[in-house]
Formats: sequence, structure tokens, C-alpha cells
Amino acid sequence: MATLKTFIYLIVYPGLLFLFIYSTFVEWYDRKLYARFQNRMGPTHTGKAGILQPIADFFKLMAKEDITPERADKGLFSALPAFGLAIVSTAMLLLPVWNYSLEKPSFTSFNGDLIVMLYLLSLPTFIFFLAGWSSTNLFSTVGAARVLTMLFGYEVPLFLSVLSPAILAGSWRMAEIAAFYRARPLLILVNLLAFFIALICIQAKLERTPFDIPHAETEIVGGTFTEYSGKKLALFRLMMDVEMVVAAGLLATVFLGGFPANPWIGLVSFILKTLFVIFFLSLIRATTSRIRVDQVVSFSWKYLAPLAVLQLLIVILVKGFIS
Amino acid sequence: MKFQIPIGPQHPALKEPIGLRVMVEGEIIRDADLRLGYNHRGIEKLAEQKTWIQNIYLTERICGICSHSHTTCYVQGVEKLMELQVPRRGLYIRTLVSELERVHSHLLWLGVAGHEAGFDSFFMYTWRDREIVMDILETITGNRVHYGINTIGGVRRDLDELQVKKILDSLDILRKRSEYYKNLGTTEPSFVARLAGVGYLSKEDAIALCAVGPTLRASGVPRDVRKDDPYAVYDEIPFEVCTADTCDVLGRTVVRIKELFQSYNMIEFMLKNLPEGPIAVRAPRRAKPNEVVSRYEAPRGENIHYIKSNGTDKPERLKVRAPTLGNYAATIKMLKNGFIADVPLIFAAIDPCICCAERAVALVDARTGEEKVVPMLALKQLSQKIYGLNARKREVEWPL
Repeated sequence: MATLKTFIYLIVYPGLLFLFIYSTFVEWYDRKLYARFQNRMGPTHTGKAGILQPIADFFKLMAKEDITPERADKGLFSALPAFGLAIVSTAMLLLPVWNYSLEKPSFTSFNGDLIVMLYLLSLPTFIFFLAGWSSTNLFSTVGAARVLTMLFGYEVPLFLSVLSPAILAGSWRMAEIAAFYRARPLLILVNLLAFFIALICIQAKLERTPFDIPHAETEIVGGTFTEYSGKKLALFRLMMDVEMVVAAGLLATVFLGGFPANPWIGLVSFILKTLFVIFFLSLIRATTSRIRVDQVVSFSWKYLAPLAVLQLLIVILVKGFIS
Repeated sequence: MKFQIPIGPQHPALKEPIGLRVMVEGEIIRDADLRLGYNHRGIEKLAEQKTWIQNIYLTERICGICSHSHTTCYVQGVEKLMELQVPRRGLYIRTLVSELERVHSHLLWLGVAGHEAGFDSFFMYTWRDREIVMDILETITGNRVHYGINTIGGVRRDLDELQVKKILDSLDILRKRSEYYKNLGTTEPSFVARLAGVGYLSKEDAIALCAVGPTLRASGVPRDVRKDDPYAVYDEIPFEVCTADTCDVLGRTVVRIKELFQSYNMIEFMLKNLPEGPIAVRAPRRAKPNEVVSRYEAPRGENIHYIKSNGTDKPERLKVRAPTLGNYAATIKMLKNGFIADVPLIFAAIDPCICCAERAVALVDARTGEEKVVPMLALKQLSQKIYGLNARKREVEWPL
């Protein structure tokens, strides 16, 4: 029975199947919002209001011809999309939405899972770098170099800003951080600055405008994904969607008070809060233009990192004031 | 690490095929090379086989965006050859369409600049409002792209009161929207960060490299054919030559937005001061042997047509110097020492119309990269040799 339960946990809910459905829904939501911001219709055709469009896109890509470049590192090139999807799906299981109890740490909710989460969210960046590098295309190589250059910019501010609420809550366990802020909702306001820094960094991590530099189509064609097609590209796209859900879930847990332990209310709250975060991500995407890679680095170190340090300072002061 | 990146002939940043070979070191461009000839259509040769009237519709198809510019330039030249006096109402309507075309071209360019900078919202908004100009052009001429309103000796369609009122109403909306784009395009931090200081072209370089149009004016040179050598009715219409002194892509954006407002004023002036009278005069079928150079300020810059007649009903020679060709040399200069990320923006900032500018084909050996000049006869013999060996089999049996 326990095996079956774990199996269902991994494959059906909240594992792969739920993730697939929810992340495609999130992609639709993002596309629709982006389109409405731009005075367009967005997807309308497949399903009601085009809600099935991302799923249709996924299956269409699955059926397309899959080409591996002759000079590419074939093993790496083919394995990367699956690896990437596995990594972000694993990260999803760590979110304290399902199957956690505050008293009893388990293998999905333990002290220090915040660090593991950040680690798992850093890996996709390296997957993108390796994907670009192993395809040996000129555009992919430039894209891969840009992925890494950007990483040096946004990673430190992201870590600093996500860790500051943890310091105030005095725990490295996401479930406990969320419970701390649910008990004291006013303290959420202390971390407002960090929330916006983290939003910008997550936008950069997800490589969306203004940070869609590694696959800027007007400059370097498809960037890191130039050589990817068919199933591999479909998996990569799914991976980006899942990553968006996980990143939004992380922000919702850490900054917005997380989700109640009740499975149903928890699920509803998870959906509402992630959609709230993704609304901001879409807004940023619609209102900015792509910046240059050197501007990303200078912007992060000139503004984001000092502000994140300032936030840490505020948190430490508030913590002293409370205790 | 130095390597060469091919931008074009097929690339998402380019709407038309052109080959740009960029030698980069990391993200920085060290050298650039432009290859023309992918879109050669032989229009000049074709023009020698068509009559004066037929050629209007041929020159219209040189470009899809400045179609009116090419016909006006051509028609002005032919009118000079035939010594025709075009009625003033005809000239006013012709100028009205050219200013509307400038508005539509500049709005289109703003969208393209937004898209190249990854600012797709800007692109969607400007192109939505460009529809208003397209609709105005449709009410005047009946067509959205190739207006077909010019004819030798005047224009083909007249304007009535109702149309004038409709255009004036639409103009108000356009003014309001352009005001918004002016604010957005010059203050949105991420957009300005991409444009400011990019593609620097000093005043001296701009003059030395024969840049034209907004590219030249953004380098602080107030040169505009409409002012320097007024044609049609530009000597009667009040307007200013817009310049900027930042010498970069931001300056080119500002110049174009300023020109939008100048054009709105000119359109309003022309509509309110439309003279009465006929719109065209009858043109003879033949032109006396002579030659003429016609200049016209297209939205992209100075457009030059050279026409030579030999007394028949066909031109002996029609030579087109499209504004894009004038800007190529300056583009190479602007690209050097920029970032890869700036290539689409710098290139888009001259508002390239590649098929306008294609006047020759270069034969390059695909394997060795060697270029050669081959006479037409040799080319014909080569094709006969190749296709003679691989002749299509005519009597193939249907496999089923």
C-alpha cells in the first residue's frame, strides 16, 4: 500500500501528471496575460479560450522530426532535456504544499530544504549552458556563454533575497518559514523589498524579457536552443514551464506566507498564490525591452545586490527588535 | 576567441535576405562585411521594355513600404522629360499621400525597432495604430500598400469633403497615440538603455560616408531634399527639418518621432488648403530624347531616379538609387566595436529595405569564396552545361 501511495505521489499527484497539467495551464495563463497586455487575443482556438493550446503545442512538438547535429556531443545533447525536467520536477516535490507536517520532518520537508531548493533551481541554468555548448552551433555557443554570464549577475541577489525571510523566521525549512509568516502576517511587509528583488531574479533565471538574452531571436536566432527540435525541444519547453511553477511556488512559500497544511485548501492557495506571482512575471515581461548581457551584470551588482544586502540589514534589525 | 558569425541571408532579425558576416571577439564585433545580391530582381532591365505608363506600376513594386516614393520620384522625372505642368490640386494630393506614407513607414519602423530590442509590446501597439494610417490611405487611394495613385501628369483619384473630414478625425487619434510613443520610446529605462550610445556615427563620418535620411539627420546634419531642393509643393508647406545630435540609435528614433509630428502638421495644412481645379493633365505617349535626375525624400532618405529617354514610348535607361544603398557604408562603420546584441538594432536603425537596394548579383564560389565577373553569355553557357547534363526526364512513368 505504501509503495502504491508513493507511486501515485510521484506519477499522478502531485507528481508528473499534475505538474504537466498545471504547468501547461500556467503557460496558457502567461501567454494570455502577455497577449492581453499587448492588445492581442492570445491563444483562442484549442479548447475553451485556447486553454489547451500549450498541450497541443507539446504534442505537436513531440511528433516533429528530431534532429541531432552531426558534430554535437550526442549523448549529452539527448540526455539534457530529460535531466532538466527531472531536476525541476524533483524541486517541485520539495514545495511544502502536499504531504508535510510541521512537527515531523520528512524526506520532502526537512531542515535546510530551502538550500536544496535553491540548488535545484540553479541546476537548470547549467543544463541550458551545457545544451548550448554541446550543440556546437555558433549561435548556441554564444547563447551558452550568455547563460553563464547572466548567472553571475542574478544568482547572488536571488540567494540573499530568499534567505532574508528565512533569517527572520529563524529556520531553513520552508514549511516552518511559511508557518512563521502565517502566524504573523504583518511581518510579510518587512520582506517586500526582497520579494521584488527575487521577482526580478526569477525573471532572469527563467530567461524571460528583459532577460531573454540567451535566446534573443533577433540577435542569435534560437540561442541555446538553436539546434534543438522535436521531442527534446518539447521537453525543454515543458521544463521551463515547470521551472516557472516551482519558482513562483518558492516565492509564494517564502514571501507570501506559504500554504495551509490542509491538502485541499493548500492546493487552492497554492494555485492562487502562484498565479499571483506569475501575474507580476508577465507584467515585467510585457513592459520591458530586452537588455544587453553586460547591462544585466552591472544592473544586478549595482542595484540588486546592494538592495538585497540592505534587506538583510533590515531583517536583522527587525529580528533584534522583535526578540 | 575570434570567430565569424553569419547574420543572414536567413536570420530572424532580417525581414529580407542580406548577408552580414560579423567577426566577433566574445560579444564584441571587430569587423563586419556586407554581401548584397540575394534579392536581385532585374527591375531596371525590365523597365527598359515597358512603356512610360507601365513603368509607374513597375517602380511602385520596387518597395512595399515606400511604394509611393518610388513612383513619385519616377513620375516627377518623366514629367520633366515631357515638359508637363501638373495641376496644383494633383500635386497636393500626391504630397498628401507621400506624407501619409511617411507616417506609416515611421510607425512601422518604431515597431520594428521595438521588436529588435525585444520590446514586443511596443511593436504590437505601434502596428495597431499604423492600421489607422493604412485605412486613411485606403480611403484616399483605394489600396493599402501599392496605392497606384500617381500617373504621369497628376494623380488618378480626387478627394471629397467627406474624406477630408474623416482623415482629419483619424489624425487626432494618431497625434495622441504618437505623443504616447514619444514618451514611451524616450523614457522607458530598459528600452533607452538599449538605444542610447549604440551605433555611434559622428557628423563628419555621416557626411563622408554619404548617409541619408534620418540616419544623417540624427548625426546633426539638417539635410532634407524637401527643404534643400523642394519638389511638388514643399516650398508652400511650412515644416522644419528634424535633427538630433546624439548620433546614435536613440537619436534616429527621436528624429523619426519628431518627423511624425511634422508630417501630421503638413497633412493638416494640405487638407485645409487644398486648391480647387483639375487633378491631372493629359500626358503624351512619347518623350523627347533627353535625360533627367529626379530626387525625392523618401521616409528612409534621399531617393534618386535617373531616367534617359530616346524619343520612343519606353525609357532607354532607368537607374534607381534607393536610400538604403546610401546608408550601407555608414552601417559598417556603426557596427564596428559594438556588441552582437546591437547588430539588429543598428541595422534596423537605417530602416533597411534590401530589395529596393539590390542592383547587382555577385557570383561567389561556394567552396573557395572566390568572386568573379562573368558575362551573360558565359552564364548562359554554364547553365546549359549544367542543366543539359541533368535534363529533366520528360517521359517518366507514373509509378502506380
